[in-house]
Amino acid sequence: MSEVIFTNEMDEEMTLNMGPHHPSTHGVLRFIIQSDGEIIRKAVPDVGYLHRSIEKIAERNTYPGFMPYTDRVDYVAAMFSNECWSMACEKLMGIEVPKRASYLRVISCELNRIASHMIALGAMAMDIGAVTPFPWTLREREYINDFTEELCGARLTYNYHRIGGVSWDMPKGWADKVKRWLDNFEPIMKEFDRLITLNDIFVKRLANVAVITTEEAKDWGLVGPNLRASGFAWDLRKEDGYSVYPELEFNIPVGKGEMGTVGDCWDRFYVRVEECKESAKILRQALDKINEHPEDDIVGRLPKKMKPEGEAYARVESARGDMGCYVIGKGGEEAYRAKFRTGSFTAMSIIEAKSPGLFLADLVALIASFDVVAPEIDR
Amino acid sequence: MTPEAIFKRLQEKFGEETVFDFHEVSDKNRDAWFQVAPFEIEPVCEYLKTEPDLAFDYLESMTGVDYPDDKKIVVVDHIYSYGHKHRVILKAFLDREDPAMPTLVNVWSTANWHERECFDLLGVLFEGHPDLRRILLPDDWEGHPLRKDYEEKEEYHGIPTQRPNPIELYKIGVPGKDKKAS
Amino acid sequence: MSANLNLMAPPKGLDAKYSDDQGSVITTNVDQVINWLLNWGRSNSVWYLLFGLACCAIELMQTGGPRGDLERFGAAPRPSPRSSDLFIIAGTLTYKMALRVKRLYDQMSEPRFVISMGSCSNCGGLFQYAYSVCKGVDQIIPVDVYVPGCPPRPEALLEGLLKIQEKIKNEKYLQRRYGVVGA
Repeated sequence: MSEVIFTNEMDEEMTLNMGPHHPSTHGVLRFIIQSDGEIIRKAVPDVGYLHRSIEKIAERNTYPGFMPYTDRVDYVAAMFSNECWSMACEKLMGIEVPKRASYLRVISCELNRIASHMIALGAMAMDIGAVTPFPWTLREREYINDFTEELCGARLTYNYHRIGGVSWDMPKGWADKVKRWLDNFEPIMKEFDRLITLNDIFVKRLANVAVITTEEAKDWGLVGPNLRASGFAWDLRKEDGYSVYPELEFNIPVGKGEMGTVGDCWDRFYVRVEECKESAKILRQALDKINEHPEDDIVGRLPKKMKPEGEAYARVESARGDMGCYVIGKGGEEAYRAKFRTGSFTAMSIIEAKSPGLFLADLVALIASFDVVAPEIDR
Repeated sequence: MTPEAIFKRLQEKFGEETVFDFHEVSDKNRDAWFQVAPFEIEPVCEYLKTEPDLAFDYLESMTGVDYPDDKKIVVVDHIYSYGHKHRVILKAFLDREDPAMPTLVNVWSTANWHERECFDLLGVLFEGHPDLRRILLPDDWEGHPLRKDYEEKEEYHGIPTQRPNPIELYKIGVPGKDKKAS
Repeated sequence: MSANLNLMAPPKGLDAKYSDDQGSVITTNVDQVINWLLNWGRSNSVWYLLFGLACCAIELMQTGGPRGDLERFGAAPRPSPRSSDLFIIAGTLTYKMALRVKRLYDQMSEPRFVISMGSCSNCGGLFQYAYSVCKGVDQIIPVDVYVPGCPPRPEALLEGLLKIQEKIKNEKYLQRRYGVVGA
C-alpha cells in the first residue's frame, strides 16, 4: 500500500466572500477572505458600494444648500457632520456663532452621540451573537428620536445646524423632558453593564482580540474611541476646545486593559459605554447653562452673499472620531472643493493589516468594535 | 512651533528648490501652507515625522483638487502632531496631463487608502504604492469623476444613468411658474 | 353540512370577491378556499430580506425595534434570499451594488414582492446629480410598493407592509399557476 504524504503544498485555503449583503448593521462592506478553515490568512476589504459622490455634489450646491447632504455623510450621527460643515464655512467666511446657538449645538450633538453609541453597542453585541441588547438600545434611541423630532422635525437626518448658528430654538418644556429622560437613562446604563459589558461570555469573546497599540493607531490614522481605547487620552473637545466645551466639565474615558490587554476589542466597547455616561453629564450641565443666554439669539451675523474666497479646514469630535472638513471657495456661490475626512475610512484600512491569524468570528468582532459605517467610508 | 518656523527649518534643511512659496494666515487662507516639490516629498515627510522637535505623526487628510485653468492638479496634505499640537499643510502642484508623485506609504501607513482615493477620483498616479487600484468606484469604471471636465456616460452595464423629470414628462404645472397651477 | 361550521369563514369582504353565497367555507369552490387559505397564511407571515443599504436601513431597524414592531405583523427578518418573500430595498442604490441587487432578486423564490423604501430607491432621491447613483431601483427590478420619505417614518413603512399584505390577499394563486377556470 502506498503512503499518503500530506505536504504543506496541499493548499487547503478557501476564498470566501463576506459579501456586500450580510446580516450586520454596519452597511454595505465586502471582505474577500482567504482562510485556512477558521483561521484567516488575509482579509481584503472592498468598499465603495455606497459611494454617493457627495463631494462632487458640493461643487454644484450653494454653501447653505449643501447642509442636507452632510447629514448623509454619517447618518447615524448626523449632527456632527452638520456641525463640521458649518464650522468649516464659518472659518472660511469669518462668521461668529452666538453663545446660545453653541449651547444648542452641544446639546444636540451630545444627544446624537448617545444615540450613535446606542447603535454601535447594540450592533456589536448582536454581531457577537447576543440579540437582546439591540432592542434595549433601540428603545433608548427611540426616545432620543422623539426629542430631536420636537427640536428640529426629523428623526434621522436632521439638517439642524446652519452656517452661523442653528435653525430653531428649543421648544418650551423640552429641557425638562430631556432631564427626566436622563434620570431614567443613567440607571439603564448600569443595567446594560450588568447585562452585557461585564458578562463572562462577552468578555471572553472580546478580550485580547486584535490588540492595537497606540503607535499603530497613530500610524494608521485611527481616531476617536478607537484611539482612546489604545490608551491615548486624546479628545478634540478638550484639545481643540471648540464651541463651548471649555466651559463644561467632563472626563475622557481611556482604555486600561481591565479585562485583557490595552487596545483590544473589549476596551473599544467599554470606552463607548463610558462615553455615553459622560455625555449624559455634559447634557445636564449644558441644559442648565443655556438659560443664562437670551432666547432666540440663534444665528450670527451673516454676509449678504456667501461668496467666499480661500480655504479652511475644521474638525469636530464626532461619535466615530475626528471628522474634518476641508473646503475651498473661489468666489462663487458654490464651493470649489469640499472634502470630508472621516474616522471610518482609516479604520477600515487597518483591518487588512490586523486580520491575519484571527478567527472568522473574531473578524466580525473587530469590524464591529471599530464602529464603521459605510457612508463615512464611501461618502 | 509656528508654521513659519517649521517652514524656515525645512528650507534650511532641504533648500529653496524643494520647499518654497509660503502663504501665511490671511483673509484668504485660514491656515498657513507652503509648496513642496512633488518628487522630493518623501524625504521632507520623513524628516517631519522623525525629527523630535517636529514629530508629525498623524496624516490627517490627503485631498486632490483639480484646477483646469492653471492646468494643475494639487495634492494637499494636512499633517498634525499629537505631541506638539501643531499642524502643517503641504501642497504639491502636479501637471494636469500626467499627474504623478511618489507615495507616502512608507512614512505613514494611513496614506495607503488616501492615495487610492486620490487615484480613483482624480487620476493621480503614486509611484511605489503597493496596491494602486480603484477603491470607491467599480473596477471597470471609465474616467476620473472629480475632474472638472468629467462627463457622465449614457448608461452603465445597461442601466440608464438619467431618469426623466416627471414634471416635464407628465406636464405637471408647478405653482409660481405656471399660471394655471394652484 | 350546516353553516354552523363557521370556524374558518372568510370575512364578508373577501366573500364578495370570491363567490355569491353568504355561506361558510364548505359551500364555496375548492380553489377559492385554497386561495384564501394560502393568501391568509402568506400575508400574515411575510418574511423580509434584511437588505439595508443606507439611512433608511436605520429606520428599518427602528421599525423592527420595540416601538413600531414589524414582527407583530408576522414579518421576521431573514438573512438569506431563499427563505424570504419580501425584499425591502432601504437606501441608496449605487451602480456597484446594482448588479448584486439583481442577483439577489433572481435568487429569491416566487412569490416574491418588493418594497422600495425611501426616496433614494424610489427615484434616486436627492442624489439626482450624482454620477454613481442608480436613479431608482425600478430600473433593475420590478417594484410593488413605493414608500416615500427621507427616511420614511416607521409608521409609513408599516403602511407599505399592509399594502403588500392587501396585494397578497387579492392573489389568485391557483388560477395563475394551473390555469383553473373561474379566475
